[in-house]
Amino acid sequence: MTEICLPELGEGIESATIAFLHHQRGDLVKKDEDIVEVVTDKAAFNIPTDAAGTIQEIFVKEGQEIKIGDVLATIHNSD
Amino acid sequence: MTSTVQFDKLCHVIDLGCIEYSKALKIQENYVEQCLQNEENILLLCEHPPVLTRGRLTDGRNLLLSQKKLQDKGIAMHDISRGGDITLHAPGQLIIYPIFHLGQFGKDLKRYLYNLEQVTIEVLKDFGIVATRISKHRGVWVKSKKIASVGIGVRKWISFHGLAINVNTDLNLFSMIKPCGLNVDMTSVKEVLEKEIDMQLVKEKIINKFCHVFGLDIKIFLSEAKGVGCD
Repeated sequence: MTEICLPELGEGIESATIAFLHHQRGDLVKKDEDIVEVVTDKAAFNIPTDAAGTIQEIFVKEGQEIKIGDVLATIHNSD
Repeated sequence: MTSTVQFDKLCHVIDLGCIEYSKALKIQENYVEQCLQNEENILLLCEHPPVLTRGRLTDGRNLLLSQKKLQDKGIAMHDISRGGDITLHAPGQLIIYPIFHLGQFGKDLKRYLYNLEQVTIEVLKDFGIVATRISKHRGVWVKSKKIASVGIGVRKWISFHGLAINVNTDLNLFSMIKPCGLNVDMTSVKEVLEKEIDMQLVKEKIINKFCHVFGLDIKIFLSEAKGVGCD
C-alpha cells in the first residue's frame, strides 16, 4: 500500500486547502498520475501518486484544510 | 529573499504574441510535459483577447455579469488549475507563463511567488513607477491600486500559469469582475504614466529582470507568431 501525503511546499507553509480531487475511491491510476490538487496562497499544487494501482481510500474532501504530512489517500499497489 | 545569483539555469524565451487563451493553455501543458523530460526552463510571453479565468476555489459571486451577458460580449471563461480567484486578461496586459523547474529554485512556493512579484517591481522601477507588495494580499500594487496579479499551478514541481501585468490594458473591462475576489481598483502602467507604453520594451525588461532575479541563462529567444492578433 502507498500513502499519498501533503509534501513540504516551502518555508512557512504549514497547511493547504483541498481544491480538487482528480480521482475517486476505486479508480485505477498510473504511476505519476495526479490524485489531489491543493491550494495554498496563490498556488495550486498537484500531488501525484508514486505507484500504480487502485485508489483504496480518499480521506479528504474539497474545501478541507490539511496540514503538511497529512495522509490524503492510499493506493493498493498493482503487481 | 533573493540571494547571490548564479546565472546557471537554462531558459528558452518564447513570445507567443496575442493568442487565444485556450491555445496558450495547450501550449503551456505541452511545455510542462516537455520540461519533465529535461532540465530546461521555458518563459512564455503573450497577450490574450478578452477572457476570464477562475481558479479552483473561486467564489461564484465575484463574476459581476450574468453568463448570458458574458456570452453576448463574446467573452469566454475558463476554470483552470491555478491558485487565486477570478481574473481578467485582455490586450495590453502582458502575460508571463514561466514553465520552471521549481526544484532548481528551492521547491518553495512562497519564495517563487515572491520572486515573480520582485521581477514586476523591478521592471516597474525601470519605468519610474514605485510599486510594492502589501501585507494582506499577493500581487504588485501602486499605492492602493493593483497593477499586477500572480497565480500559479504546479505539476511535479514544474510551474505553469504565472504573472499578469497591466501595461496598456483597458481597465474598464475589470468592471465585469471582482478581481481576485477583492474590492480593489486596478491600474496600469499607462494610467500611472499617462501614456501608452511600447509592449516590446516591457518584454525586454521582463526578460532581463527574470535573468537577474532567477539567475537564468537565456539561450534562445524565439518569437512564435501563433497568435490571432488582438486588434
